[in-house]
Amino acid sequence: MTGLSASSAAGARKGSLLAQDALTVQRNASETRFKLYGIIAITLSMLALIWLLYSIFSVGTPAFRQTFLTMPIELPADKLDKSGTRDLAVMSKVTTVGYAAVIQAALEKAITEKGIPTEGMTAKDIAGIISLEAPAQLRNYVLANPELVGQTIDFEVLANGRVDGFFKGRVSMESAKLDSNIKPEQLILSEKLVDAGIMAQRFNWGFITAPDASDQRPEAAGLGVAIIGSFYMMLIVLVLSLPIGVAASIYLEEFAPKNRWTDLIEVNIANLAAVPSIVFGILGLAVFINFAGLPQSAPIVGGLVLTLMTLPRIIIPARAALKSVPPSIRDAALGVGASKLQSVFHHVLPLAAPGILTGMIIGLAQALGETAPLLLIGMVAFVRDYPSAPMQGFFDPASALPVQVFNWTVRGDPGFVERASGAIIVLLVFLLIMNAVAIILRRRFERRW
Amino acid sequence: MTVGILSLILAVFGIVGFFVGRQRAIASAGGDARKLHSLPMYHGQSVFLFTVVPAFLFMLLWLLLQPAYIESRVTSLIPSAQVNDDAARKLAMADIRRVAAGLDLAVAQGKLKPDDISTMRADFTDLRGRLAEVGVALGSGVSQSTFVAAKEYRSLTSVLTTVKSVLVLLIAAAGFVWSLSRISEAFRARNVSETFVMAILILASLVAILTTFGIVFSLVFETWHFFTLYPASKFFFGTEWTPRFGGGSALGILPLLWGTLYVSFIALVVAVPIGLMSAIYLSEYASKRVRTVVKPLIEILAGIPTIVYGLFALITVGPLLRDYFASPLGLGNSASSVMTAGIVMGIMVIPFVSSLSDDIINAVPQSMRDGSLGLGATPSETIRKVVLPAALPGVVGAILLAASRAIGETMIVVMGAGAAARLSLNPFEAMTTVTVKIVSQLTGDTEFGSPETLVAFALGLSLFVITLCLNILALIIVRRYREQYE
Repeated sequence: MTGLSASSAAGARKGSLLAQDALTVQRNASETRFKLYGIIAITLSMLALIWLLYSIFSVGTPAFRQTFLTMPIELPADKLDKSGTRDLAVMSKVTTVGYAAVIQAALEKAITEKGIPTEGMTAKDIAGIISLEAPAQLRNYVLANPELVGQTIDFEVLANGRVDGFFKGRVSMESAKLDSNIKPEQLILSEKLVDAGIMAQRFNWGFITAPDASDQRPEAAGLGVAIIGSFYMMLIVLVLSLPIGVAASIYLEEFAPKNRWTDLIEVNIANLAAVPSIVFGILGLAVFINFAGLPQSAPIVGGLVLTLMTLPRIIIPARAALKSVPPSIRDAALGVGASKLQSVFHHVLPLAAPGILTGMIIGLAQALGETAPLLLIGMVAFVRDYPSAPMQGFFDPASALPVQVFNWTVRGDPGFVERASGAIIVLLVFLLIMNAVAIILRRRFERRW
Repeated sequence: MTVGILSLILAVFGIVGFFVGRQRAIASAGGDARKLHSLPMYHGQSVFLFTVVPAFLFMLLWLLLQPAYIESRVTSLIPSAQVNDDAARKLAMADIRRVAAGLDLAVAQGKLKPDDISTMRADFTDLRGRLAEVGVALGSGVSQSTFVAAKEYRSLTSVLTTVKSVLVLLIAAAGFVWSLSRISEAFRARNVSETFVMAILILASLVAILTTFGIVFSLVFETWHFFTLYPASKFFFGTEWTPRFGGGSALGILPLLWGTLYVSFIALVVAVPIGLMSAIYLSEYASKRVRTVVKPLIEILAGIPTIVYGLFALITVGPLLRDYFASPLGLGNSASSVMTAGIVMGIMVIPFVSSLSDDIINAVPQSMRDGSLGLGATPSETIRKVVLPAALPGVVGAILLAASRAIGETMIVVMGAGAAARLSLNPFEAMTTVTVKIVSQLTGDTEFGSPETLVAFALGLSLFVITLCLNILALIIVRRYREQYE
């Protein structure tokens, strides 16, 4: 097939006596054209891939960096712990409003120390460059370390999402004039704070570990709960679908008699692999939530739905792997007195294992990126609490990586678009790792007979 | 006892059974394993299987049926006026579960004594306040009937859980004793445990059948329920889709079906030429090196999750089409449109067309190409007049599979096509599809049992039937074609 292209090269060479007639010229031209169409088609699909990845990465990479303010914050004992006993029950009565005042005071002090002019700005404007999430973070930190009250600590607080967007080029002075959430003066102040070394961008671990945040605070939103939820679901899918899938493919490939019944099962599996994923979501809603009474948004339901969806996609490659083991292996085992089951479990299965595992990992990767069925079983819910450890954690509400992406795209604040693209980068990294493992497994262990 | 602990106990029980069985078999042969019919390991294995598997299956079955049983018992305690329809029953059950969970928590934290609960009456004590203390917020006060039902719920749950644990352990013990008693020198332990394993294998392959059954049953059941509330003829032939949660909605599938087919059509217009030409180039012209690089790259497109394509449509393709095509041409100013979703979906479907077509073109016997080339045809003439006609049925099968994929696709259309149901020819207008409406009718706070929610099941069934027909047709065509050249 590859040799065909050479034959067309024998056209009219310079200096040759051979003159091509009109028909040959036309036929050769159409040959070149046809080949060109092929090259164009491939180029187009490559370009689509590059365009897709470029648009996601260019929007998403800033999500991994975040603007923070680092400044000494005084924790006045008379405001944060009136009893003076460091009793947590009493201290937790001070709400985030109290901590917001503490942070605001610290910021004003830092500004006057550095001699940054703030004419024409109210105290509220100045405090507005700090994230709404910052008081809550400081409060949690202080409640976790009550002995710090009364001291002055160096604390890092999140900058407001618009200020962060300004340094990432998403917000400009012009857009700030039209925006009710930010004023140009605040952006000028932020620039001066950067010059003074109070405000800086750094790698944002919170994006990977923190839970989701509410509509107004894109700067604080993270993927922690979603990653745990996805991990739990993959665990359930792995534990359930590996044994069931392998058992089913062993039966169908090695033992099933060729009759109508097994033919039915085979057609069934082939069709299930092509059923739209959203139909599995409807199944999960009807059977697991409405009939069996399992909780909504729980990883257990998501895991079960994804298991049912993944099973046929595992059985098909597993059967191919079993089929590729040559019959001579089985014959040899049977010949020395093994039973049929022994020949399969002692000889065929270990030889097919790399192929089965490869199929399993690819199936898992598909399940990890699946969104639609999870929407129907309530995984879109806003979840801020980390699910607890398994088994209880399987029944706690959680989110999932792809659903978190969807969740962020429907929110109003433009900062969430950056977050959603960043979340996709995380998702793609996981998929890349899984597929790389699958390829390595295949390269190293798969035997060709 | 929780399910996790119970499973753990079963596993430990089974492992103990394995070693006891093995030991007993060796002892029955007087310490000489050669006298046994089967290896000692198989004796142990038979004990393990009989101990664990029946008990475990019983536990799963129990877990599946317990909630339904409890619900039927508990709802009988609530005045029938409150549970006359499906939605009200769901609400009442949710209340009961919440109160019961609150009571459990209160007992666990020591704020209530179990004896107090049995004598307490909801109309005399401030139950809502007491439960709020332990962190369970209730929307309204608790009526006496709900409280009684919640108490019944708690007692039933605890009784049934205990009964379950006892029964599961009894079944395990019975299996243990029975299988152990069968062990003797002549016992065909290998045959018995192999038959058992075989049964497990068959059971596993039935899961696929069970899934299909579950899909069809749940879809058909709720669709039938829907058609008792809303006439089927209006659903299938209605040209208007305006769901109103107050009632009086028009739920015609035609605008949705039109949107679905329009988007899929554009997707195929993008994907078929590109996919087919790539497949032809890769299998007929490309050198081996190009092939090994390009083929996996194209297949990456199939491995990218659809949510990524959705976001791509939303933030890149949609605004681009609106700013450079739709608005200047005066065709609309919406970023989400049939065109956006169609083009992005087309990119997604390219690898489905190309890799299947590639396989099929490769399956055309080389002798046919050689014959044509030998007669003086150029490679492109060979491809167009010999290879493609021979591969045509297979290629049609591949396109049908791609079409079924496009019709069932959800995330791209949810994020790229829009939500307005309309019958229009303008590809730059936002339209909606069957899958989008399934998502929007079933997410959020929905009242189960209203036609506006149940219509999602009818849509799901329609989608299932359409894709199933396409898949079966494609499979038949591809299969026939393969047989032709084998």
